[in-house]
Formats: sequence, structure tokens, C-alpha cells
Amino acid sequence: MLLFAVPLAGLLWRAPWSSAWRELSSGPARDALRLSLITSLSATAVSIALGVPLAWVQARIAYPGKRLVRALTTLPMVLPPVVGGVALLLALGRRGVVGSQLDRIGVNLPFTTAGAILAETFVAMPFLVLTLEAAFRTVDRRLEDAARTLGAGRFVVFRRVTLPLVAPSLVAGTVLCWARALGEFGATITFAGNLQGRTQTLPLFVYVKLEGSAPDSAIVLSLVLLVLSLAVLIGLRDRWLTAR
Amino acid sequence: MSLTAQVGIELDGFTLDLALAIRAGRTTAIVGPNGAGKTTLLRALAGLRQLSTGRIELDGTVLDDPASGIYVPPEHRPVGVVFQQHLLFPHLDALDNVAFGLRTGGLRRREARVLAADWLERVGLSGRERARPAELSGGQAQRVALARALAPEPALLLLDEPLAALDAATRNEVRRDLRRHLATFAGVRLLITHDPVDAAVLADDVIVLDGGVVAQAGTPAEITARPRSRWVAELIGTNLFVGRAGSDGAIVLEHGGTLTAADHLRPGPVFVVVHPRAVALHLRQPQGSARNAWPGRITAVEPVGDRIRVHVAATPAIVAEVTASAVREIGLREGTDVWVAVKATEIDVYPR
Repeated sequence: MLLFAVPLAGLLWRAPWSSAWRELSSGPARDALRLSLITSLSATAVSIALGVPLAWVQARIAYPGKRLVRALTTLPMVLPPVVGGVALLLALGRRGVVGSQLDRIGVNLPFTTAGAILAETFVAMPFLVLTLEAAFRTVDRRLEDAARTLGAGRFVVFRRVTLPLVAPSLVAGTVLCWARALGEFGATITFAGNLQGRTQTLPLFVYVKLEGSAPDSAIVLSLVLLVLSLAVLIGLRDRWLTAR
Repeated sequence: MSLTAQVGIELDGFTLDLALAIRAGRTTAIVGPNGAGKTTLLRALAGLRQLSTGRIELDGTVLDDPASGIYVPPEHRPVGVVFQQHLLFPHLDALDNVAFGLRTGGLRRREARVLAADWLERVGLSGRERARPAELSGGQAQRVALARALAPEPALLLLDEPLAALDAATRNEVRRDLRRHLATFAGVRLLITHDPVDAAVLADDVIVLDGGVVAQAGTPAEITARPRSRWVAELIGTNLFVGRAGSDGAIVLEHGGTLTAADHLRPGPVFVVVHPRAVALHLRQPQGSARNAWPGRITAVEPVGDRIRVHVAATPAIVAEVTASAVREIGLREGTDVWVAVKATEIDVYPR
């Protein structure tokens, strides 16, 4: 208990409450906050667009290599994020295997906002996929059969029966994914760098400020992240904290 | 309007092979034990499973014919299904459950809901439109499932153990309602059940399925009176009477005779089921506690498996099932005059 409570108490104790608002509204802090919202929400959107179909395929379709795909999609959850960043850089960097091809057609990902979004997606998407895959498995397939006998084609069945049935898990997975993307540090700084306004997200900003000139603004922004995390926890409490 | 089907399905060493021909306006019950292939047959007719061989034709339209490469998917078949456990959509209220098939049929939300409300009223659920499936009783859920299946006006209605999910008390009431609603549906009706009472009460024709093939087919009366095998007898070979319960508890039967049941009865039309094993035969008028006793003459003694079914011409005529040793000991044979005795507690009554 103390292990968890003491750091939190320390954060609150040291918080410069009087100057909090000024720290928050300073230019670089605002940039970092804005950028974090943009990149984390974009990463979440990409994760939904790619993760929902992926989770459905993983839950429903038998194909060779399925276990490999599962291993690959789960890997970012256990991989140190900085390793993910290195891997992304080696693959998609300017001299990377894929990156050199992309560079030729004028697409450049490292050290851009798009690169930060990619790094966050890499780390955060598994949370959505795994949550949703489990949910797709628990849907009673006979309800989908019933819908088909009522004239619903496969897509209508998905949209009007399957998706509503997994909606609570979709929400939970999305929030988890977003929270993870918002807090992403290692992969982002490795792959996308630390450029103010372009790739310097909140966690990066906090780290830089704490190391450097303005620990107070690091503390205030840490509090912002803490509040967001608590909001996620409270939002999902029915899923995790209450006995079923 | 009619359904003709030659169904051949192979799965995991099990073969389903049967022919069906059902006219519209009649209800056919498929009866059989678990694993007889009943649900597989239903899924094939609904299009949820493709035939291996054979052909399904509904009102002149071929729905499945693997030989000529025709397979109509379930969403394009004019088939309504009432599933076991009802399978209502838990995220939709009763009204939107019924409206589901109307919406996929192309109706706008408002029109679909107006029609769906009509259907709910027809099955006696006005005022429950906004209830979620979890808030409905078993009987109510069954009626919503029926309305949902009927609303898109299918040509074929399939019912998969529609009463199995209900408790015994609700079942009789729902069975009677179902019978009334089925009578108003003009298409082809196919009912799957393992309950001989369902078959007897709801069906015009019965097909007994065993191990994927037809064991016996006929009207409920034919099959209940003359089951062709030991297990058909076990499954469905029961005495079934049509009658009317009076206010004094006595049931006057349509073809003559009166029976007294132990249950307190509401006056009105009823079905009476007496299991042949509950029928005792005596050479002299019995003095015991049986409330029902009447004289008759044995018309047939037929062995079915290790039991003997004894047909007695009497008012009412009845079948008794006794052991071979009992037949020998009291000398029961064709032409013997006997007294039939049935305890009031052995008489099961179902409102119709």
C-alpha cells in the first residue's frame, strides 16, 4: 500500500498549487498538452480502425499463422517501449528497410507528429485488440444466427448485433488504449524524438523539465496526467473494481 | 404453398437423410431424442447450414440444391425461426426485437415500429414494448420471439423446442397460446420438439426422427396409438384424449366416456394424456382406489420391445402397456373382457 501511496502523496505535497495555472498556460506546456491530445486521440482512432477488424478476425476466423499474429500483436505489451522505438526506427527510419522506400515517395515518419502517433499506436493498440478479442469470443453466436434468419446480411449482423453486444468492451478497450497512448514515453522519444510542438508530448515534456530548469511545471503536468489516469480508473471501475 | 425437402447432411460420422413434404396451413412436428438430427435439420432449412446432398424447395423456389450449385443464404430466405431459449437480442427492447426483421426488410424505423407494436399487441404484450428481454418472463419472451419471427411474414415458420425454456406451470398456458397463434399463420409450420404433448397438441402431422432417419411418420393419434418401435413408444406412445372439463372436475371426452383427474381443473376444453404404463387391466371390476374404471374388450396384443401393448375397445378406448409375464399370468389375449383402471393422479390434463 505504502509503495503505491507514498509517491502519490509526494506528488500532491510538492505541487506548486499557487502557480499551477501559470505553469499550465505557459507556451511549451500548452504545446505539449495540445500535442499529447492530438497524438493520443489519433493513435486511438488508428487503433480502432485497425484493431476492431483485427480483433474480430482473431476471435472468429481460423487461419494458419493465427498464433504468430497473436504473439506479434501482444508483444508490444511486454516489450520495453524503448525497444519498440528502436525497432520502428530501424524499420521505418530514413535508412530503414521500409523507411528508405517510403522516403523515395516522399513519406517521412521519424521525428514527425505522424511518427509520434505511429509509436503510440504501436504500444497502445494491443490493449484494444486483446480486450475486444475476448469480447467477440463471448458473444453468443446463435444471436447472430437469429439475426441472419431475420434478413440481416453479415455486415448488418455485425453492425446491429455483434458490435452493440461488445460495446462495453469496445469502450473499455478504447479508454485503456487512449490512456496508454497518452502516457507513452520510450517508443515516442526513440522513434519520433523530442521536438517541441511536433513530437514533444506531455510525458516527454515532464521528463525534460524535471531534469532541467523547471521542476514545478513538470509536477503540475504530472498532476494533469494523474487526474486523467484517475478519470480512466473511475470510468472503468464497474468493470474492474466491483465483484461480478 | 408448400415445402418439399430432401435433406442430406454429413457431419462427423453422422448422416441426416430424410424427405419432407409439408403443405401450408399444417403444422408438422419433428420429434426425436437429443442427437437425432432435429436441430441440424432446422438449421439446414433456415440456411444456417448447407446441404451435402438433396434439395430444399419452398413455394416453387429452390433454396438449396448442391447438385446445381444453388444456395440461398439465410437472410434471403422467407423463413422465420423461433429459437430454443428464444434468443432475443439483449441490447434491444421488445419492440425493436420485433422490428428487427422489418428494418432489414427495408422499412424505415418509424414504420417498422408501428408494425412491430401491432405484432406485440397481437401476442398480448401491449404495454411491454420498452421492456428489455431480461425484464420479460419466460412466457413473454417466448411470445416476443414468436412475434419477431412472424413479423416479416415468412412463408415457412420453424420452431425449435419453443417451450423447452419454460417452467412447467407456464408451459401449459404458453402451449395453448402458441396453438392459437400457429392457427393464424398461413404458411408452412414446422415444430421441433422432444415432448410428445407438444407434438400431440400443436401438430397435425408427426415425423419421428432417430439417428438421422425417419423412424415413423403419421398423425399424432396414429403414432401415439401404434408406435412402431420400443423407443417410439417410450418417446411418444401415449394415450391422448380430447375433452371438456366440467365444473365438478370430471372430463367429458369427445368420443365418449368420462375421466376424473386429481388436479383441480378450470372448466373448459382440454387434452388428456394417460401414459399406457399407468393403465391397469383387471379381469373383474376392481375394488381398489382407482377413481377411473370401466369395462372393455381386448382387440390387440402387440409386443413392442420387451413390453406388451394391449389395445382395449371401450369407452374410451385405451392402450395399456404391461409386461409379458403379466399377460401370461392373467391370460390376456384378443377377445378377453377386462376392466380398465386408471388412478386419478395418473391423468395429465392440458388446457387446449
